Amino acid sequence: MFFRRANFSHPEFQVGMRDFQRLAPGIAAWGLMTGVAMVKSGLGVVESLLMAVLVFAGSAQLAATPLIIAGAPVWVILATGFCVNLRFVVFSLHLRPYLAHLPLWERVGHGYFTADLSYVLFTRRFARPATEPAGRQAQEAYLAGNDLVNWGAWVGSSVIGVVLANFIPQAWGLGFAGILCLIGILSSLATTRMRVVSATIAGAVGVVAYALPLKLNILVAIAVAVILCLGLERLPLARPSRAVP
Amino acid sequence: MMDLDWQRIAVIIALALMTVLARSFFLFSGKAWSLPHWAQRGLQYAPIAALAAVVVPEVVTVQGHLVDTWRDARLYAAAVGVAFFFWRRDVLITVLGGMAVYLPLHLGLGW
Repeated sequence: MFFRRANFSHPEFQVGMRDFQRLAPGIAAWGLMTGVAMVKSGLGVVESLLMAVLVFAGSAQLAATPLIIAGAPVWVILATGFCVNLRFVVFSLHLRPYLAHLPLWERVGHGYFTADLSYVLFTRRFARPATEPAGRQAQEAYLAGNDLVNWGAWVGSSVIGVVLANFIPQAWGLGFAGILCLIGILSSLATTRMRVVSATIAGAVGVVAYALPLKLNILVAIAVAVILCLGLERLPLARPSRAVP
Repeated sequence: MMDLDWQRIAVIIALALMTVLARSFFLFSGKAWSLPHWAQRGLQYAPIAALAAVVVPEVVTVQGHLVDTWRDARLYAAAVGVAFFFWRRDVLITVLGGMAVYLPLHLGLGW
């Protein structure tokens, strides 16, 4: 991680920081928006700051916020947050060979701090995991440099957003910006025809099952969409070769 | 200064553990192992389903019922947001474009 001397004194650490700096304004805008949206949706200042610093995952924060406000049961909130974060499970599978030589807490630490953009930058720069110690150290240092700038941009801008939100009247309805963020992420995930089907089913079930207690409509919608899609993809129409590019 | 809701804070800390669990899912074990095939396929569909399940009711329902009027700023803002995304492929532009529709309708017309 970035506080280890072997990482932050390595030249690749600087390269990682520099590469990420070009992406930092995008992260900062997103953090600012998330900070404002969390407060304007009804979370307290301390709660919103803890979300930004600890949860450190914008889409999961925004998806969990209305559930927390509605008083949904803890397991529904956590299951929703985890489902929104499932893309990271795939990233961790990809990162494994790069980090497998490290001790447990360092592997998990790197995993926690590596969000979408640092994952993309890192795997673009290093298409293959290094096999000898010097190469491994260079790769780890680069990842740490990425992650430090990412974390700094996210936390800094979230704090500004949370503070700014206190000066904006509730009646403006800026909480809806959070929903629009989720709509953008949702659209960015709609890369195949079957994923569009999954979103359509989940959206429809989420509305139809809205009357279920404890916000269970969300978990029911996810389960129905995933199960139906796993069944539908066996049909010839849904073969990956027919997927939208 | 303010009352802290410890139950909510506990939920937030647990959500942070969900981040750790997801981001480090395959990094906990020292041994190489992989998910069964059906679970890997399911990973393709679950994140977008989770987002749609949260987002769609927030856009098209009022207190648990489908909106029965077209005079609702959220409908237009969401549609314009999606259009902006597929035009520029940028989440920030999606938010700005959607809010540019939402705010005048919501504040100006009270929709």
